[in-house]
Amino acid sequence: MAKLNFEVEELTGEIKIPAINPGATAHVKPNPSKDEHNTALGFPGGLVENWEAKAVEKMGELLGKYKSLRVFMDSCVRCGSCTDKCHYFIGTGDPNNMPVARQELMRKVYRRNFNPGGKLLGALAGAEDMSQSVMDQWNSYFHQCSQCRRCSVYCPYGIDTAEVSMAAREIMNSVGIGQKYCNEILGKVTTVGNNLGLQKAALANTLEFLEEDVEEETGHAVKFPLDVKGADVLLIAPSADFFSSPHIEGLTGYAKVFHEAGVSWTISSYASEFANFGMFIGSFDTMQTVAKRIRDAAIELGVKRIIVGECGHAWRVAYSFWHTLIGPWDFLDPKYQTPTHIAEFTLDLIQRGGLKLDKSANDERVVTFHDSCNVARASRMGDMPGGQFEIPRAVIRAVCNNFVEMDENTIREFTYCCGGGGGLLTDELMEIRVKGVSPRAQALHEVMERKGVNTMAAICAICKAQFTKVLPEYGFDMEVVASLHQLVSDAIILGGKPGV
Amino acid sequence: MEGLTGLSIIFIALCYGAFALFLAVFLAKVYGYAVTPSPLKIPTTPAPTTALGVAGRMAGEVLFFTSLFKGNKWTWLGGYLFHLALAAVLLRHLRYFLDPVPLPVAFMTYPGLEPGVWAGVVMVAALGYLFVRRLWVDRVKYISIFADYFVLALIGLIGLTGILMKFFIRTDVEAVKEFTLGLATLHPANIPAEPMFIIHLLLVLALMVYFPFSKLMHLGGIFFSPTRTQVDDCRETRHVNPWAKN
Repeated sequence: MAKLNFEVEELTGEIKIPAINPGATAHVKPNPSKDEHNTALGFPGGLVENWEAKAVEKMGELLGKYKSLRVFMDSCVRCGSCTDKCHYFIGTGDPNNMPVARQELMRKVYRRNFNPGGKLLGALAGAEDMSQSVMDQWNSYFHQCSQCRRCSVYCPYGIDTAEVSMAAREIMNSVGIGQKYCNEILGKVTTVGNNLGLQKAALANTLEFLEEDVEEETGHAVKFPLDVKGADVLLIAPSADFFSSPHIEGLTGYAKVFHEAGVSWTISSYASEFANFGMFIGSFDTMQTVAKRIRDAAIELGVKRIIVGECGHAWRVAYSFWHTLIGPWDFLDPKYQTPTHIAEFTLDLIQRGGLKLDKSANDERVVTFHDSCNVARASRMGDMPGGQFEIPRAVIRAVCNNFVEMDENTIREFTYCCGGGGGLLTDELMEIRVKGVSPRAQALHEVMERKGVNTMAAICAICKAQFTKVLPEYGFDMEVVASLHQLVSDAIILGGKPGV
Repeated sequence: MEGLTGLSIIFIALCYGAFALFLAVFLAKVYGYAVTPSPLKIPTTPAPTTALGVAGRMAGEVLFFTSLFKGNKWTWLGGYLFHLALAAVLLRHLRYFLDPVPLPVAFMTYPGLEPGVWAGVVMVAALGYLFVRRLWVDRVKYISIFADYFVLALIGLIGLTGILMKFFIRTDVEAVKEFTLGLATLHPANIPAEPMFIIHLLLVLALMVYFPFSKLMHLGGIFFSPTRTQVDDCRETRHVNPWAKN
């Protein structure tokens, strides 16, 4: 592991609100994208001429296109309710990581250009012109927001900093200031079909290998079908599920569930990615372009329904945005809800007695559950509000004997982000990622000490990748992180029941 | 216009001007919020799945500041007391614009009890608390800008001058009512030339003009915040983005 050039907080099990430390992470910035990453997405390659005015012009355009941005720019009273809620503030003490201060980085430019008071009085009215130094702040701090929406829960006006950081990133992209990690990945997903740039042959190899592996281990021929026309179910999984641990164990879990359910299913090589980083950069058009591959694949393969794997922001895009982006669903069977989350599918199957489970297979585990931010605060599962909390927990309880909760202020709608969401899962942002996980790390440490927890299940590819990378910096074993469907996978008795 | 003093003509013009400006800009802003599209469904979840449920959520936000309560109990206490007291004070002031005075308004001046007056005292105290809190908590001090102190001071001064008139520098309430009722009924009357009342009124006019250009627009904004006003029915109903190209 590379040595870190900053200090990692000590584990005490307590989440402490730090004193403010101005400029603490001003130096943390994303790598700039190459020109071709930007142009591939329709953004200018490099910094455009007269960019300050163009940025303001773009802000004006967005104020006319997004009710959220327009209302949020006016309504904040700086009451301070959000100031101690962001995991990046808690981890760094940098006051610009307080959600309201992050928003103010945009609001000061808004006041200068779109409010008579700011135009007239300037600094006295808290207004500032767009400039290089403002843009430097934007580039740092709008890339220290994981768009997790925790602040918006506590805001009396529901102001969501995610909306502001998305707008800021769209403005930056529009003047040629791109973030390499997101834009490069978006280039891959819109050409190859997944974020990893995994070609069809490699994907087929991986799936074949998995089939052999599962058969060797269990003696059952569990299939991992690829590009099967006429299958009933199209599975859209985050590409990390094809690649690394503990994601791949989750994919194995989905496959076993489908196997036991007796449904015909397939993965698509054309749309082999659930993630949609178009959301992170705030671009409706890019998000739609990425999502469109899934619609096209579903039509091409002639499936009846779409079931999606474990990924937080992607579930937000799927649950909340797909209907708008790539609906209506007139090419799918209206009997099913579109999209269906794999946890919804699995729980339904369990409740109908369609899975034979041996809970004792997970007896060595004491499990806790990390609510992923986007699932918790930007989506739903099932028919009732809050189903996104209850359904994954019900699945865990069905497959594990030992389940305990972390502190109630760190779960469900109050959950802390893993620290790697929102397009920040990249090495140059490691300082903010390590510091940003601190509230979750403390809450996890507390239940490990007090209740003997040794497993934290998650339903998000970013959470899993982030946790396995940064939790070891605090001294946790990376094996502590598990996929929800990894637990399911371990408890399933294959061939136990006929399909339901 | 017969019988109006020069001072009265100036103040009548100022009152109508300030009120017209307030109303025009406030409504223009709210109209802007209303017509700006919401391209996507972004309710902060868990969110109600029906319009009725959203009405309940909004009632909680507007009447009880539920989200702020979740966020910070002390700020909630100060903010809630201020707004409640402000509502009572405004209700009491309706007596200057209505004749006869309706019962709820009359109650605010119930002899011996004077709820409206005590509300004024609570309001000023709450504003003082909110002001001190801005200086006290390092995080809140960092985010506070001049406008935040300014508006607390402005409303505080309005309250103080009001209290002064009630307890110390008594004003001819009859004459004030004649003037205000005249404004309300479009039959302007002379303004009582009492310095404390004129200061009180000037501060109110300043607040009116300042209001729609400031963060006080949260009064309108709260009703249009998509994270709170949207129904969570994303899978059931297709939400259309009017400016989507495809």
